[in-house]
Amino acid sequence: MSTAAETTQARPAVRPASRSVRLRKSPAGRILTRLPFWILVAIIFVYALFPFYWAVRSAFTPEAELFTTPIKYFPTDPTLQNFRDALSTDFFRKALLNSTIVAGSVTLLSLVIGSLAAYALGRFRFHGKSFVLYLMLSMTIFPQIAILGALYTMISDFHLYDQLGALILTYMIFTLPFTVWVLTSFMRALPGDLEEAAYVDGATPLQVFYKVLLPLIAPGLVTTGLLAFIAAWNEYLYAVSFIQSPGHYTVPIAITSFVGKSGNAFQVPWGQIMAATVIVTLPLIAATLILQRRILAGLTAGAVKG
Amino acid sequence: MSTVATPAPVPRRRRRRGTKLRRRQTRVAWLLLLPALATVAFVAIYPLGKTIYQSFTNQEFLAGITPTKWVGFDNYFGPTGVIHDTIFKNAIIETIKFTVITVTIEFALGLIIALVVNSHFKGRGLMRAVMLVPWAIPTVVAAKMWQWMLDDVYGVINDLGIRLHLISHPHAWISDPATSLAAVSAVDIWKTTPFVALLLLAGLQVIPGDLYEAASVDGANAFQQFLRITFPLLKPAILVTLIFRTLDALRVFDVFAVFFGNRPDTQTMAIYAQSTIVGDGHVGYGAAVSVAIFLIIGLFVIIYVTINRVTED
Repeated sequence: MSTAAETTQARPAVRPASRSVRLRKSPAGRILTRLPFWILVAIIFVYALFPFYWAVRSAFTPEAELFTTPIKYFPTDPTLQNFRDALSTDFFRKALLNSTIVAGSVTLLSLVIGSLAAYALGRFRFHGKSFVLYLMLSMTIFPQIAILGALYTMISDFHLYDQLGALILTYMIFTLPFTVWVLTSFMRALPGDLEEAAYVDGATPLQVFYKVLLPLIAPGLVTTGLLAFIAAWNEYLYAVSFIQSPGHYTVPIAITSFVGKSGNAFQVPWGQIMAATVIVTLPLIAATLILQRRILAGLTAGAVKG
Repeated sequence: MSTVATPAPVPRRRRRRGTKLRRRQTRVAWLLLLPALATVAFVAIYPLGKTIYQSFTNQEFLAGITPTKWVGFDNYFGPTGVIHDTIFKNAIIETIKFTVITVTIEFALGLIIALVVNSHFKGRGLMRAVMLVPWAIPTVVAAKMWQWMLDDVYGVINDLGIRLHLISHPHAWISDPATSLAAVSAVDIWKTTPFVALLLLAGLQVIPGDLYEAASVDGANAFQQFLRITFPLLKPAILVTLIFRTLDALRVFDVFAVFFGNRPDTQTMAIYAQSTIVGDGHVGYGAAVSVAIFLIIGLFVIIYVTINRVTED
């Protein structure tokens, strides 16, 4: 990409200078032609970040100040009270733990089962392979609502209703096929030589898998794992259908369950809710930013290559 | 698809041992696939079959009240069946409206953003990182953030609108039926547009730069270049993005649930099915609704696949 850009930038000197090129060459003209572009960049920047800024601003603004007009765009005397209130709410603290357990287990299970499947799909030749790939791909667009009724009765039959196990089991529907699909593309991209050498040395397929291939696709595992974790952390439909007691809430249910200290249903404690919002989002944003390049690779492997 | 399923570079042995090795490979491969296939069968395929079966019964969640019995196509075509269900009909219309609005705007905005970020400028990496922020925020959380921003009295949207003289007085965006769909769409558009942009950006980055160079040597302007080079080469990425977004939008649940609960005028297909099954406990009828949703979504997939085939010829 960078080489292509360099050649395009080097070329105009050779071509007869058109009016626009001359305009672009003078420093003032350069700023002028770039101005609309930078305005556009600024707009995109503000649009993407403003709602999150507003949540942060509201989280640090004292409750009383939130419900006064005119609205202040920056908290004049910031407070941590909203964070303290949110974290002292029993179901919210538990929800953080519950969501970590659910999303963590789902991620781990998906990675273990998914990488074995990806090994078969990416490194073996056998009949029915494209069928399995098709199956996994069609599962990634499977509408979860379509099987809600059946899952609801199954979960009650297994006595999993209102248990975190219900979520760990059902979240595999959307994390596993995706994991298989993305990890397969990582597996397929590996060169064959190392594997060959290991086979010649008498290694079994399973040894080749965890001694040779798994370390090589470690970046892929991290990316896919994070994507699966985020998907499970964010899920709402099954959570709200299968979980009832506040002690088993996951984060999305907890976020929608805050009530004001007075117990008045009409007094929505927005300060607390925004503090909770910031608490649950910050780790995700941090992880996303740290791993952004890999996430982009994973997302595009999952979607565009399909 | 055939290009995707290219044979893996497997060590080639002498021909004599080839078939034996092949058979062993097949066995190992299926063994490795077993856990994944068993899981998918258990959590997706079996429940799908069970849902279809339930849709032909009058099953209630609290089974003691009415014994479950086979009712044939009553849930679909009977006098109280899905095809006569006006609430479900409204939910379908509402969902399709939402889908058309959000997918169109997300695609248009996403393409503009992708084109901007694809050009070289300082801070491009930062920009790409910033674009991932809305995507990483849970939908329920995003909905809560916007619900507060759209608050009729203390919301920042009303405040900004008045300051910029776009509106004359505060508006109850969410509770007013005239603007509720726009309000809910705003959340989805904010959360998803950057993601659409990133998918399109990935498509843009595989277009070789010398094509543009050649075009500008031949005197093509920027618009012509977009129409003749960018658009045709981006088409696969565009189609995939549109398919993913459409299927996602059709099963929308979270934002509507947070904004409206199950307010009857703003139900989506998913909200209606969920409240029928879990809220009312009508498992049999809810299953019929689910199957109908499944078929509607399937119809959209067929439409897209057909468009893809036709435009490829």
